[in-house]
Amino acid sequence: MRRSILLAAALTTTLALAACSSGGSGDETTDEPSAEDTSAAGSLTVWVDETRQDAVTAAAESFETETGTSVEVVLKNFEDIRADFLAQVPTGEGPDITVGAHDWLGELTTNGVVAPLELGDKAAEFEDVSIEAFTQDGQVYGLPYAIENIALIRNTLLAETAPATWDEAVAAGQAAGTQFPILVQSDGDKGDPYTHYPFQTSFGAPVFTQNEDGSYSSELAMGGPEGQAFAQWLGAQGAAGVLSQDTTYDIAVEAFKNGQSPFIVGGPWMIDSFEGMDLSIDPIPTAGGQPAQPFVGVQGFYLSAESKNAIVANDFLVNFLSTEEAQLALYQAGNRPPALTSAADAASAGDPIVAGFRAVGAEAVPMPSIPEMASVWSFWGVTEAAIVSGADPVPTWDKMIADIQGAMGS
Amino acid sequence: MSAPQTTTDAEVGALGTDGPPPRRGLRAADASHARDYSPGFFVKLALMAVVDALGVYVVWSAWTAGSYGILAATLAMLVVANWVYFSKRALPLKYILPGLLFLLVYQIFVVGYTGYVAFTNYGTGHNSTKEQAVSALLIQNERRVEGSPSSTLTVVEDGDALGFAVVTEDGDVEAGTADRPLAVVDGATVTDGRAVEIPGFTVLPRDQVLQRQAEVTELRVPVSDDPEDGSIRTTDARTGYVYTSALEWDAAADTMTDTTTGTVYTPNDEGQFEAPDGSTLAVGWRVPVGFDNFVTAFSDARYAQPFVKILVWTFVFAVGSVVTTFLLGLFLAIVFNDTRMRGRKVYRTLMILPYAIPGFLAALLWSGLLNTRFGFVNEVILGGAHIPWLTDPWLAKLSVLGVNLWLGFPYMFLICTGALQSLPGDVMEAAKIDGAGRWRTWRAITLPLLLIATAPLLISSFAFNFNNFTLIYMLTGGGPRFADASVPLGHTDILISMVYSISGVDGSAQKDFGLASALSIVIFVIVGTISAIAFRSTRKFEEIS
Repeated sequence: MRRSILLAAALTTTLALAACSSGGSGDETTDEPSAEDTSAAGSLTVWVDETRQDAVTAAAESFETETGTSVEVVLKNFEDIRADFLAQVPTGEGPDITVGAHDWLGELTTNGVVAPLELGDKAAEFEDVSIEAFTQDGQVYGLPYAIENIALIRNTLLAETAPATWDEAVAAGQAAGTQFPILVQSDGDKGDPYTHYPFQTSFGAPVFTQNEDGSYSSELAMGGPEGQAFAQWLGAQGAAGVLSQDTTYDIAVEAFKNGQSPFIVGGPWMIDSFEGMDLSIDPIPTAGGQPAQPFVGVQGFYLSAESKNAIVANDFLVNFLSTEEAQLALYQAGNRPPALTSAADAASAGDPIVAGFRAVGAEAVPMPSIPEMASVWSFWGVTEAAIVSGADPVPTWDKMIADIQGAMGS
Repeated sequence: MSAPQTTTDAEVGALGTDGPPPRRGLRAADASHARDYSPGFFVKLALMAVVDALGVYVVWSAWTAGSYGILAATLAMLVVANWVYFSKRALPLKYILPGLLFLLVYQIFVVGYTGYVAFTNYGTGHNSTKEQAVSALLIQNERRVEGSPSSTLTVVEDGDALGFAVVTEDGDVEAGTADRPLAVVDGATVTDGRAVEIPGFTVLPRDQVLQRQAEVTELRVPVSDDPEDGSIRTTDARTGYVYTSALEWDAAADTMTDTTTGTVYTPNDEGQFEAPDGSTLAVGWRVPVGFDNFVTAFSDARYAQPFVKILVWTFVFAVGSVVTTFLLGLFLAIVFNDTRMRGRKVYRTLMILPYAIPGFLAALLWSGLLNTRFGFVNEVILGGAHIPWLTDPWLAKLSVLGVNLWLGFPYMFLICTGALQSLPGDVMEAAKIDGAGRWRTWRAITLPLLLIATAPLLISSFAFNFNNFTLIYMLTGGGPRFADASVPLGHTDILISMVYSISGVDGSAQKDFGLASALSIVIFVIVGTISAIAFRSTRKFEEIS
C-alpha cells in the first residue's frame, strides 16, 4: 500500500516537474512521442533555420488543420543541421524532415540517413535542374524548393550593355573609369572556387565528368589542356590586377554599392545590399569561349530514413510543401527563385531580378553532391588563389589535380 | 523551477522506507545530521528533495526517450548521492561528491568516449549500426519500374494481414497482401477514383493507417506471381507505385544479393558489404577497428612531413604566446605599479580592453585589418604598402603571435599586478638594506616570488594556447597552405586545427571521427605530459618562500 502511494507521489512529482519545465533551447532533442500520447493523426518534427521558419510554420499550420497531424517546427542554425542530422538520425532522436542543401546528398546517402522520396508525376512540375540536383542513381531524395546561382550583376548607370566576353567586360569596366573593372570575390589565400567556376567551365573544364542523367561521376575533368588554359588565364588576370585574392566578399559588395565597378559576379543574397540601385542581371561573360556555367545550389527538404512517421512526412512534403502557395511563401522568406515551375513563373513575372537569375540558372549545372567533392574543395580554392597571386599556373594546377586524386584515393 | 509540495512529501515517505526510523532520545556526541532533526537536517532534506526530484525527472525523460545509458547513469548517481548524504559514514564524500560527479560527467566520460570512438571507424560511410545500414541499402536500391503507372491506393486489411487496394487504369479494383499478389476484385465501390469498399477486405481508416505507419511503408504487395514484375508500395498511403528491388537481404546467411547481376555481398571486417571482387556497397556501419586509426595517423606518408612542421610550430606558438604575453604583461604591471605614476586607474582600465573583446571577434577583426591590399594596417598605417601579413608563411606566423599577444597580455597584466601587490614589503626592504640594487632585487626576489604565484597560470595558459583553435581558425584558417605538401594543411596550422582538417569536420574531406579522436588522444597525451613535468618543476620555486 505504502509503495503504491509512493509511486503515485513520485509520478505526480515528475508530471508536475515536467509540466513546469518548458521545452528549453532549440537544440535539445525532442522526446520521441510515446505510444500513448501520439495522437491518432500522427505527429511530425521538422527542422528549419530562421529564414525558412515562418514559411514552413505556415505550411505546417495548414497541414495541421487539414489532417489533424501535429507538426513541431524546430528552429536550428543552418550550419549545424547537417552534422546534427547525421548524428541524431541513427539514434532515432532526429527529425522526420529537415531543410538542407542538395550538395549534402552524397554524404547523407552514404551514411544511410535519408529516405528516397516518390514524387510521382509531380516531379515534372519542378524545374529540371532542381530534381536533377536531388537525384542519385535514379532516386529522388529531397523535395526541392529553391534554386540559387550566381550571375553577372550590372550597374546600368556605369555600363549600358551586357558584355558577352570577359575581355569586353574588362574593357567596359576600364572605360567606365571606376576603380575596379569587374568584381569577382575571393577570400584571401583560401580563394573562392564557387565564384570563379563559371570562368572555368567557359574553358571546358568542369570539375567532374557528368553522366547522361546529369549526375556526376567521380572522374575529375579539370585536368588536361582545358584546365591548364584556365589556370594560365587566372595567372594572367592576377598579373594584370583584374583578379585579386584580397577582394573579399565584403570588400566586393561594398565597392559595387559605392559605384566603384560596373560589374560584380554574385548571387541573389547580395541584392539586399544594393537597395535603390539600377541593376540588370546578365549571363556571366565567357572567358574561354564556351558558355560560362555557374553552379546551381538547390535547397530542399530531406526525409529521415529512420522516421517513424514516414507516411505523414511524405504527405506533408509531397502534397503540402510542393504547392505553389507554400513554394511562394518560401520564396518570400528567402528571396531565392522557387523550384516549382509555376511558382517560379509567378515570382519572376513581377521581378526582373529574379527572372534574370532564373534565366542564368537555366543554363547552369548542379553543384556536385558526391562525397568526393569534399576533397576537391580543400585544394581547389587555395590553388586558384595561389595562381592569381603569382604562382606558376600550369605546374601548380597539375599538382592540385594530383593532390585531389591522392585525397580521393585514400 | 519550484519544487512542489508533493516532492517533500514523497521524499519524507521515501525516507520512511529506506531506513529505520530516526532514533529519539539523547544525541550521541558523534551523531551526524543524518540521525537527528536539527534545522540543518531539514535544510539538507529540502536540498536533497530538489536534487532527487530533478534526478527522477531526468530518469523519467530518459525512459520516455529510450536513452538507457543516461537513465542508468542518473540512477546510479542518485543512489550514491542519497547514500552519501543520509548515511552516518562517508563524511569526506559529503564534501567532494558534487565535484566528483561533475568530474565524471564532464571530464572522465568525455575522455572515455573519445577513447572509445578512437578505436572505431565512425565517420562518413560508417555512421550507424549494421541494421540501419541494411535498411538504408534496401530502400536506396528499390527502383520504380519505368513507365509503370501511379495508381490511387487504399490501405486494406485481410484478417490481420495488411494489404493494398489499387484502382487500375481501366477502372478495375485490384487488391492483395504481402502473400497474395494483386488480383481483380469484383463488386468494389470506387468514389473519386479511390476504392472505398472492397468485398473480402476491410478498409483501414486513416487514423489506423497512421498508427501503423511503419508496417504500411514496409508492405510490398506483389503485382503477380512473378517476382520480376515487382511489387506495389506506397510512401504516403494515397498513391501506389510499382517497384523492383535491386538488392535482396538474406538475414539467415547474412548476405546481400544484387538481383540484377547475382553478385553476393558478405560483411567484412571494415563494416561494409563486400563482393568477392573487392567492391563494396556504399553504406557501411560502425565497427571496432583496434589501433588502425593510430597506425593511420603515424603511417600516412603524405602527413609525415607536414606533421613534424606543425608539431614544431605548435610548440613555438604555445611557448611564444606565453612568453611574449607574460613579458609584456609583467612589464606593464611593473610600470603601472609605480606609485609615482598619475592616472594609473585610467591606464589600467584601458589595458583591460583587448581582454574584454571576445576572441572570436578580435581574430576576425584582425584578419580584416591585416588584409594585404585593403586592410587598415597596410592602407592607413603603412601608407598603402602591400605587405602580405597573412599570406606569407613567416609573416603569417608573426601575425598570429602578434594578435595573440594583443589578445593575451591584459590577462598576464592582471595576474602580475595582483601578484606584485601581494609581495611582502619587508623582504624588499631587507634587500635594500643589504645593498642590493634594483636589478638584483628584481631578479633575486621579485621574479621568483612572482613566479610562485603565476607559474600554474602560465602552465594553464600554455595548455590553452596549445589548443587555441579559435584564433587560428578565425585569423588565418591555418593558411598559407604548404606549397610542397599534398594535404590541405598550412603554415600556421597547429595540431588541433590539423585534426579538424584531417578529420573532415570542416567539410574539406570525408569525415573520419575515429581518426580525429585518435589524434585528439595523442594531443591530450602531449599536453598532459608537458603540464605534469612543468608542475613538477615549479615545486622548486616553493623552496624560496
